[in-house]
Amino acid sequence: MLRIKNVSFRYLEKPTLTDISFSVDKGELCGLFGPNGSGKTTLFKCCLRFFPIEKGVILMNSHDVSNHPVEQLSRTVAYVPQEHKPPFPYLTKEVVLMGRTPHLMGFFGIKRSDKQIARDAMDQIGILDYADEPYNHLSGGQRQMVLMARAIAQDTPLLFLDEPTSALDFQNQMKIWSFMEDIVSEGKTIIACSHDPNHVAWFCDRVVVLSKGGLIGQGAPEQIINQETLDAIYQDTCSVFSQGGVPIVMPKKIAARMNGY
Amino acid sequence: MISHHKIGQVIAALGYGISADYPEKKKIGIIAVLFGCVLVLCVVSLIFGAYSITIPVIFQTVFVHLTMGDLSSIPKLQDTIIWDIRLPRLILSIAVGGALAISGAVFQSVFRNPLVEPYILGVSSGAAFGAALGIVFHSIFFSIQLFAFIFATLAVVLAYGLARIRGQTPVVTLILAGVIVGSIFSALVSLLKYMANDQALREIVFWLMGGFYYASWNDVRLLVPLCILGFFIIWSLSWKLNILSMGDEEARTLGVNPEKNKALVIVIATGITAFSVSLVGIIAWVGLMMPHASRMLLGPDNRFVIPACFLMGAGYLLVCDTIARTATYAEIPVGIITSLLGAPYLCYLLRNKGLW
Repeated sequence: MLRIKNVSFRYLEKPTLTDISFSVDKGELCGLFGPNGSGKTTLFKCCLRFFPIEKGVILMNSHDVSNHPVEQLSRTVAYVPQEHKPPFPYLTKEVVLMGRTPHLMGFFGIKRSDKQIARDAMDQIGILDYADEPYNHLSGGQRQMVLMARAIAQDTPLLFLDEPTSALDFQNQMKIWSFMEDIVSEGKTIIACSHDPNHVAWFCDRVVVLSKGGLIGQGAPEQIINQETLDAIYQDTCSVFSQGGVPIVMPKKIAARMNGY
Repeated sequence: MISHHKIGQVIAALGYGISADYPEKKKIGIIAVLFGCVLVLCVVSLIFGAYSITIPVIFQTVFVHLTMGDLSSIPKLQDTIIWDIRLPRLILSIAVGGALAISGAVFQSVFRNPLVEPYILGVSSGAAFGAALGIVFHSIFFSIQLFAFIFATLAVVLAYGLARIRGQTPVVTLILAGVIVGSIFSALVSLLKYMANDQALREIVFWLMGGFYYASWNDVRLLVPLCILGFFIIWSLSWKLNILSMGDEEARTLGVNPEKNKALVIVIATGITAFSVSLVGIIAWVGLMMPHASRMLLGPDNRFVIPACFLMGAGYLLVCDTIARTATYAEIPVGIITSLLGAPYLCYLLRNKGLW
């Protein structure tokens, strides 16, 4: 579904991505994992062509996206950005409806079916309660859920989620991750970046680990989320356990306290 | 006769039915009420004035003209006042008010800032310079209106060119470029004022305050078609304006090319603003206030804000112009009235609603 070959990018002369290559298959939930400033968001933005890449090829659905117009790209990939607050008080349902924009045809625009799709997306995420509230009065976590609903309403085969659970409470984090699992089971492909090694290990089908030097590993989470990888990106802070085949990452200090018992 | 039920069925069959989730019926209703208000204001404005006229007389005169009837059936004085003086002035103030208001809505959406007004890219300063040139050096710059328009456009082109960095025009640089270009042209206007003789200076000052004193059918013929065309193009792009107001990156991911669409709507909005300003001078506040007022009434969705804005701008300027020409024996420049009436309104907004 998504293939990235030898992509390099410099941001203001500073090399941000160097020679990144990986691919994600259709129906996979891929976690993009790495420390702050390792270029996860930049990689998304390069794929969405906000930034022109210096070198390399990005293929979506085996098509090179470098000459796709914006309209076509938006029917292939939806993006949930990290932080964003518009200046005007659009209602939540209007923001979700905006997700239908790539599919709008004709002069009169929005059809009843589009409104229904937006409503279903809100229902699925469970945000119908605040459908009538202004989007920019919501809390950060609620806004994240709204953007998630918008991406679902956009109905694209590929979704990029930039830290979709960063502002959510524990219950909603689990909810969003299980939504993502539902979405990929419908045959869509998700690439989500996350800062929580446990989430990545528990929910993703594939992990891509970025570090400041570039890509340092990719594959199934059980193989990638290990002591070696975490030491490489977080130095000496984490311990990795395995409980019944499920990897669990803990701070070293807590792990030591546990062993003390 | 097609009943409105049938029309409703056709719309539903095409898939554009109004859904109960979105209060669109109410919004369309509000716009219809605004339209009615503007019509009433038109009649009221035609009645008021130094020469008093009754409503039947107005309808009679307009009817005779519209049906190409016999002009000798109505008194000459009455015909002149209604058809040649008050009516073109009324239509012009509606067109200018509407044009300024929708450009304001466009600029606020594109710049993602509810404090922006249509003059942000230097249109007004450019137009002022062009007009001042036309007044001071009348033998070279033979038409005030033409040169006001040329320099208004030039100012915006300069600002846009100055703000363009590596194929992109970020909002911040665009606003700064507008400020720079605006201040250059303002300085040049001051220079011309300094050079001008008393008569010309007086003329420049009056032009800067804006007014419809010389409104004629020729002005109407120039501005109205352009205004209507601009309105419909902007209205057809209003959903894209919503998306643009979410920011450039958002717009891209939602399939709206920000550079292309921003350039298009800015060209149209600037075009109708420059044209209006070159005909009637600088009229402040309408473009800032009316988009606010319509958003308060209808919410931020531009599909409804744009038509509401047009009507409210038209109505507001109509009221202001009617006051301007009837409040005292001499005429007051309409720019003064728009500011005097507008400032308290914005104070009210500031104190009561918290801002936006």
